[in-house]
Amino acid sequence: MMDWLAMGGYAAYVWPAYAVFFAVLAWDWLAPSFRKRKLMRELHGRIAREQTRNTRVPRAEASA
Amino acid sequence: MSRSYIPHWIHWLGSPPNFYRFAGAWRPWLMAAALAAGAIGLYGGLVLAPPDYQQGDAYRIIFIHVPSAWMSLAIYAGMAVAGLIALVWRVKLAEVIAMESAPIGAAFTLVTLVTGSLWGKPMWGTWWTWDARLTSELVLLFLYLGVIGLYHAFEDRRRGARAASLLALVGVVNLPIVHYSVQWWNTLHQGSTVDLFGRSSIAPSMLWPLLVMALATHLYYFASILGRARTDLLSLESGKQWVRELVEEQPAQRQGAPT
Amino acid sequence: MVSTPSNALGPTRARQGQAARTPTAWHACRALLRRDFVLAWRRRGELFLPLLYAVIVTALFPFALGPDPQLLGRIAGGVLLVIVVLAMLPALDSMFRSDLEDGTLEQWLLAPQPLALLALTRVIAHWLTTVLPLLVVMPLLGALLDLPAGVLPVLLVALLLATPLLALLGSVLSALAAGARRSGILLALMLLPLAVPVVIFAAGAIAAAQSGMPYLAPLAWLAAALAMAIVLAPLACAAALRIAVES
Repeated sequence: MMDWLAMGGYAAYVWPAYAVFFAVLAWDWLAPSFRKRKLMRELHGRIAREQTRNTRVPRAEASA
Repeated sequence: MSRSYIPHWIHWLGSPPNFYRFAGAWRPWLMAAALAAGAIGLYGGLVLAPPDYQQGDAYRIIFIHVPSAWMSLAIYAGMAVAGLIALVWRVKLAEVIAMESAPIGAAFTLVTLVTGSLWGKPMWGTWWTWDARLTSELVLLFLYLGVIGLYHAFEDRRRGARAASLLALVGVVNLPIVHYSVQWWNTLHQGSTVDLFGRSSIAPSMLWPLLVMALATHLYYFASILGRARTDLLSLESGKQWVRELVEEQPAQRQGAPT
Repeated sequence: MVSTPSNALGPTRARQGQAARTPTAWHACRALLRRDFVLAWRRRGELFLPLLYAVIVTALFPFALGPDPQLLGRIAGGVLLVIVVLAMLPALDSMFRSDLEDGTLEQWLLAPQPLALLALTRVIAHWLTTVLPLLVVMPLLGALLDLPAGVLPVLLVALLLATPLLALLGSVLSALAAGARRSGILLALMLLPLAVPVVIFAAGAIAAAQSGMPYLAPLAWLAAALAMAIVLAPLACAAALRIAVES
């Protein structure tokens, strides 16, 4: 196992390469997820605002 | 009638709500397949494959470096095709796919450059050389960054997508010219033309993990682009009825795992 | 016009009337060139800015590298080439921006002349007003950097081929970025991949001339690329302008 981790003396190059590969792809995978969560929260807020506006001032809807 | 030559399912898929559901259904399976292929490929490459008789274990970077390099070019081609469709037929979905492919392609290009540098240090004794292949890859990164930058410089996102698609198409013409001119320049200056792959053909025990990793990165790209396109469609169509229905269906998630 | 129904003057008048309504492509291009020259002349102070930039950067090199004539002479060709490319950048941004803002580009789109031709005319005017002055002071800058006298003609020919090529490529990018909120550094980022082959071949010709080798081949490549760009770049530029104008 230690032999394998040592990568024949090239561990300092092989493992950082794999770390970069997985770190960049993890960023690529997570960034849109966070963006989507933020967007969903905004959309929820927008719909909730519209609903409260409609219930509080029913005339606004009638005039519009 | 005029578009009867296009299969019906493409029309169906081109509609944002349909695509949103389709992508949501396929994305987990594609990612699972990508992870499975990646696990098999890495096991084959890191454990089963024997060390190279010249490069020792350092060559094992090949299993991520070469698939990333292939992906950097394949995603550019995909982005250009989607961009062409977006420019000619003005399909919103094609614009989204072209623009959301760019960050994934840039990520793979960055990985290619960094892993190539980490491979080059023990093999050539330097982090960077102005080798034809490395230089072309660097130019490709700049092309990706230009597309991303141009897209985000516009107020109107659809106009930005069309402009950036045209830039991507200009890049398609430019890339082979860059490649050959850099090769010519390299021979002119007697630069270090190091062939990482050697002259001998690659052994089957090293080849199959490489191909499985290439499959894994392709699957990952499809999974990632579906997720990115879903998010983008939601924000582009945020005023539409289907988005409103979708948001009302789902309970507000304050905390919890990102989906 | 109506009172002379059919005499010898009729057809001539009709043709003149038509010519007055839709000027030929040649007339339109000439008018466009004249307008651009007048505008450039009214803002002639701005024309000196790229020149000033080139002189300043050139003057900084000996301070940074030391006044050794041999070293300066060896790198002078490449340095001047890069300075010219960088000096072209700021002006590229303004190639279409003001015309988009004041609605001139919409008139271009409506004009009966092909949009690509108008774009090509604009590139010619741009090159003549902002880049040609740079080439005129090249001998002076070459002397500042101890450029070998025999290399100067090759440098000038390489620049004569490379700068129109860069202006044509830059026109596409400038048209793409015209509709964006901000450009500037973005334009440099987009130009870099397109400029790499141009710089490689121009510098290749200069380096070959400097080491006494045949330099015609890279120049011929540049000329071929220029010929291709004259045909293709205006078409791409026209497509980009359409995207910029349409909302």
